[in-house]
Amino acid sequence: MSPTITTSSEANGNVSAATARAAASAAASAEAAGPQLVTLAKALNTALADAMHADPSVLVFGEDVGMLGGVFRITDGLTATFGEQRCFDTPLAESGIVGMAVGMAINGMRPVIEMQFDAFAYPAFEQIVSHVAKMHNRTKGAVKLPLVIRVPYGGGIGGVEHHCDSSESYYAHTAGLKVFTPATVADGYRMLREAIDSDDPVMFMEPKKLYWSKDLVDLAELRSSYSSAASAGQSSEGRAAVARSGTDATLIAYGPSVPTALAAAEAAALEGRSLEVIDVRTIVPFDDVTVCESVRKTGRAVVIAEAHGFASVSSEIVARVQERCFHYLAAPIRRVTGFDIPYPAPKLEKYYLPGVDRILDAVDDLQWEN
Amino acid sequence: MTISADHTAPDTANAHQAGNAPTEDALTEAVKKFGITVEDYMLPARHQIQMVDPDGRLKPEGEQGTEPGHEYPVPGDAELLAAYEQLVVGRRVNDQNSALVRQGRMAVYPSSHGQEACQVAAALCLSGGDWMFPTYRDAVAVMARGVDPVQVMTIFRGDWHGGFNPLEHKVGIQCTPLTTQLLHAVGVAHAAKLRGEDTVVLAMCGDGATSEGDFHEALNFAAVFHLPVIFFVQNNKYAISVPLAHQSVAPSLAHKAVGYGMAGERVDGNDVVALLAVLDRAVKLAREGSGPLLVEAHTYRMQAHTNADDDTRYRESAEVAEWRAKDPVNRMRTYLTDRGLLDDDGERRIRDKAEAIATQLRDGLSEDVPVDPQELFRHVFAKTTPQLKEQSALLADELARDAASTEETAK
Repeated sequence: MSPTITTSSEANGNVSAATARAAASAAASAEAAGPQLVTLAKALNTALADAMHADPSVLVFGEDVGMLGGVFRITDGLTATFGEQRCFDTPLAESGIVGMAVGMAINGMRPVIEMQFDAFAYPAFEQIVSHVAKMHNRTKGAVKLPLVIRVPYGGGIGGVEHHCDSSESYYAHTAGLKVFTPATVADGYRMLREAIDSDDPVMFMEPKKLYWSKDLVDLAELRSSYSSAASAGQSSEGRAAVARSGTDATLIAYGPSVPTALAAAEAAALEGRSLEVIDVRTIVPFDDVTVCESVRKTGRAVVIAEAHGFASVSSEIVARVQERCFHYLAAPIRRVTGFDIPYPAPKLEKYYLPGVDRILDAVDDLQWEN
Repeated sequence: MTISADHTAPDTANAHQAGNAPTEDALTEAVKKFGITVEDYMLPARHQIQMVDPDGRLKPEGEQGTEPGHEYPVPGDAELLAAYEQLVVGRRVNDQNSALVRQGRMAVYPSSHGQEACQVAAALCLSGGDWMFPTYRDAVAVMARGVDPVQVMTIFRGDWHGGFNPLEHKVGIQCTPLTTQLLHAVGVAHAAKLRGEDTVVLAMCGDGATSEGDFHEALNFAAVFHLPVIFFVQNNKYAISVPLAHQSVAPSLAHKAVGYGMAGERVDGNDVVALLAVLDRAVKLAREGSGPLLVEAHTYRMQAHTNADDDTRYRESAEVAEWRAKDPVNRMRTYLTDRGLLDDDGERRIRDKAEAIATQLRDGLSEDVPVDPQELFRHVFAKTTPQLKEQSALLADELARDAASTEETAK
């Protein structure tokens, strides 16, 4: 039927990796040369297109991802470029989308599916927890599920109820899932390519308030450096980034909270305090090494996340750092997180979201007088 | 009457169909090859299809429940004999496994005693390249598909969650979360269709599962993407204790199909002849591009849900007795014997084979399988994490210290 669709190169199929990689082509459409201001949305869109060029078993589907290009336009142009068999709309049913993706991954495909908003992914929770997370283990590795579930998440966009949840803790708590969340444009590109190429299922949490933030990046350079890293077997999975170097305290953040942490560090610098900012990048697997190295150096830490603090990723980070760095700590680790309340209405979200002032207050609280 | 799903304005119809050929045309073309019209085909026949009655007699053609669009030839003798052999094996397997549970050698076994005709037909209607997605009660179907009996029973033996490789046998792991496997069946069929393969997928569930949301989503996805999936519902009348009347007031479960633009059929689930006739045609139609189909088989769970269940709390023994008279194995033995296809020697050969498999199960499941605690960490991910490496080292250390102290005590 479609000669362009073949079995996944690396999972549950027989086609060699080399064959699929040979199909890779520089998707350089009408890209300007050299560094340009590029949005996270564009970087993610480019990563999807490049992955589809590189591997014919990569399929994109979900709600409104076809003709419309997704409500956030992350899949813009993919149907036009790759056809309706490789990027298509499904009926409006999230469990159906994830469950069908499980079957497609069993049968040699690499589905990249979109949950339209964080809170709309909940109907798929059973498929994610009972099958996506467990299939590899249940079958002793016989069945791999190279599947990416993209979830636009978090608040800060004035969204109404059910459009602003930080749902990463549910997935991070589920054994068998990897959980990635980029905070920069370059990471958006590289981490999505890595998620698609991973033979493990990845929950790819996209901070929706950062979709339109821009960085100066060279997409062609990102593409070629990803290709050479991938062919050398290198991956940044499980590697946090030092987003800003500092000496006095460590701010640990991920996804939408990274720019806020950087702004707080900038403000603190004006007051003569040097804060290091760690961008966690992959919540699962977590980079204990980079995080602990920083905290041992500074002796103080604040963990920042939009999600509710109770029983959350931020709780986990505090526990891990405390277990590993207790004797280096000059003060208890503080957290600045969302309150333990349902996500507020748009006019109230500024009181809920971790902001620069609340972060600086927490930093002030780190027992400097000792 | 034409059956159409044309909700779109004429100028936008088919503009947005995920790369599928217009569904209605494909269906019309596919059924035409079988001399059927879409109008006759879509709604289930007025009665269930039954070819051999409970007394083992072939019913006259006019009384089989067939009508235009729902006409089925009697399957060939070789297929029926193969089915009978599997029926006898299936019954023996069910009863052997229940015994092993009573003896404490297996944690639990949801028996398909009474439903063996459905189990056997589900496996025999498929070709080697086709896929099956079974539930926890479908162990006999998985064995009839050719998977090693002891491997099938691993899930109930308790040393791992599954014992066979789904890719090798094209059989999904027996699924416990109700109905979720129907969507996996849809995905397998979709992937095959995109690659231009002629795979047919049989997706199995029970009557209770038709209440789940995934049942609706799976049927709708299969219909919208026009996929070769046969949804095979074994209506055994109870979801643990809850009778069908509390699950659905639809005219029949097969009638649910038409709401998705899909054909449905009802069949006597204790008549393996009718089951094979209906499922064989369903597979052929699906392979020819008819799209999905829903088959509801009327059968009965003769035993409790599992050994942990007490069915006397929710059903009368008279009802169970009534269904015992409709037994699928006895019915088929009478039919084949009367037709001269089965004699004492044939019966003995089949019983010996069933007994050999029962022995294989007894031996395999009584064997004390060594477990490797490190395997807990080995398969969680394709590429493991530093955290799991740490936890694996922690367990290894614990075990080493336990072993050392045992050795110390022994001295």
